[in-house]
Amino acid sequence: MLTLKQSRRLQTVLIATLAWLVALAIFFPIFWMILTSFKTEIDAFATPPQLFFTPTLENYVHIDERSDYFHFAWNSVVISFGSTLAGMLLAVPAAYSMAFFETKRTKSTLLWMLSTKMLPPVGVLVPIYLLFKDAGLLDTKTGLVIIYTLINLPIMVWMVYTYFKEIPKDILEAARLDGATPAQEIYRVLLPIGKGGLASTVLLSLILCWNEAFWSLNLTASSAAPLTAMVASYSSPEGLFWAKLSAVSTLACAPILIFGWLSQKQLVRGLSFGAVK
Amino acid sequence: MSISTVQDGVSAVSAPGPTTVKADRQLHNRVGLLTVSPSVLALLVWMIVPLAMTIYFSLIRYNLLYPGDNEFVGLENYYFFLTDEGFVHGALNTLWLVGATLLISVVAGVLIAVLVDTPFWGRGIVRVMLISPFFIMPTVSALVWKNLLLHPVSGVFAAVWNFFGATPVDWFAEYPLQAIILIVSWQWVPFAVLLLMTAMQSLDQEQKEAARLDGAGPIAIFWHITLPHLTRPIAVVVMIETIFLLSIFAEIFTTTGGGPGYETTNLAYLIYSQALLQFDVGMASAGGLVAVVIANIAAFILIRMIGKNLTEKA
Repeated sequence: MLTLKQSRRLQTVLIATLAWLVALAIFFPIFWMILTSFKTEIDAFATPPQLFFTPTLENYVHIDERSDYFHFAWNSVVISFGSTLAGMLLAVPAAYSMAFFETKRTKSTLLWMLSTKMLPPVGVLVPIYLLFKDAGLLDTKTGLVIIYTLINLPIMVWMVYTYFKEIPKDILEAARLDGATPAQEIYRVLLPIGKGGLASTVLLSLILCWNEAFWSLNLTASSAAPLTAMVASYSSPEGLFWAKLSAVSTLACAPILIFGWLSQKQLVRGLSFGAVK
Repeated sequence: MSISTVQDGVSAVSAPGPTTVKADRQLHNRVGLLTVSPSVLALLVWMIVPLAMTIYFSLIRYNLLYPGDNEFVGLENYYFFLTDEGFVHGALNTLWLVGATLLISVVAGVLIAVLVDTPFWGRGIVRVMLISPFFIMPTVSALVWKNLLLHPVSGVFAAVWNFFGATPVDWFAEYPLQAIILIVSWQWVPFAVLLLMTAMQSLDQEQKEAARLDGAGPIAIFWHITLPHLTRPIAVVVMIETIFLLSIFAEIFTTTGGGPGYETTNLAYLIYSQALLQFDVGMASAGGLVAVVIANIAAFILIRMIGKNLTEKA
């Protein structure tokens, strides 16, 4: 017969084992992708798949020769940070208004914003393509920044709104009595208090922009193409070169994956969307 | 702190003479309007301009292969789109894809979030591994699953099947839609885990402990304490994932191209193939509007169901 303490410990061991197994299973595809990127093409295609092999860097050398990784990566960085910045500049004042200047229409405005996010992008692809062509925005970073800002704006407004709502209104009231303008209220009071929540919003926006693959595939050709487009360019004609495909995929995901790992504590703390009290 | 007490506090504070109240209120409203309007205007333009153009295109004959022939055709494009064989498949596949992925990610998300809630050795690393797929771009996860894992000859799954003496399955030929659902779920379960894990942290441990002392088993605690606590986060997961799942595109584009036949064609992909593979902008625009209407019905139902949860504080 187990004592209570022993059964608790047994329980913890069981939970830990199960959690590790689930986590390893979920992580396996990523592990396998990275592993395959260091194989020769022959090893990559071997049956049964090999866990042990002589690692090689030839795939990465090949990618370096064939396409300019840093060109695509730079585009991804500029587009992601550019539209996140633009999105925050629009979303923070909007959320400020909704949280602290609530009117009868606030809730329906918020839900309307979210509903624009439900429009399938294909529904407006052709008009956007034509408008972009006329405006000279096709295959430009500016064009993608505009699109990404608009598609992520509703979620950003919503997130920032939920963080601002948790800030007691008397704090703003006090600042206002001291003669603070709205801009000062946001800059001096709300941003420092809401730092954590805003950081989570920025993180989520960066992840979504980095990985967006509909507009980037359809609106860019080469000069503004981000990493999603580079990966896609390796997919069709080279379906059989899996080691190279793995290497290019690893390169495309590595920056955001490392970034995500470093910031996961902030993400886990901040992604509540106001659903938790 | 609950919001209503805060509001009471504010109205109690700001109660000077009647004239300043009125001036204050006006200024107040103006600031509120000015700060929200850039976002509203941007989204309004983003919605109305392309939508108006789409409506116009949907009413004319507009095929990129026959420039100049842009006659007004009324509702012909809608008729052809709705009676097209692809439409029923597209609508049903969209429903399956969204429904199945939502179910999988909510159930798996809750179970995993509960599983990793108690401290154990290496929990930090386990968490990082669990949410990692959310950081992987859709094109990459689709290609990795298709070529490295699900490939019928050299994939890892085939090796496992062979190891147990079974015949490897050609997933994309035999169960194409299920294969796509698997890939999409792999990407979105981590998002549910991420949100629900956050929510679990605010669960009242004392309440759980009290229930345990009262003799409640783990399953009773899960049903009566944990699950009710997770209702709102689950609503948020459903809301956000639906938004993204309705327009799944890259995963289909890079794996099956909608095939075999129409088996993995969702509405997003169907419209894409009409516009950019068959060059029929008129019909694609009609399809786009049908998709917009369907998305709005879904949005309406969702908001009716869970919208209250999202904007109001319990």
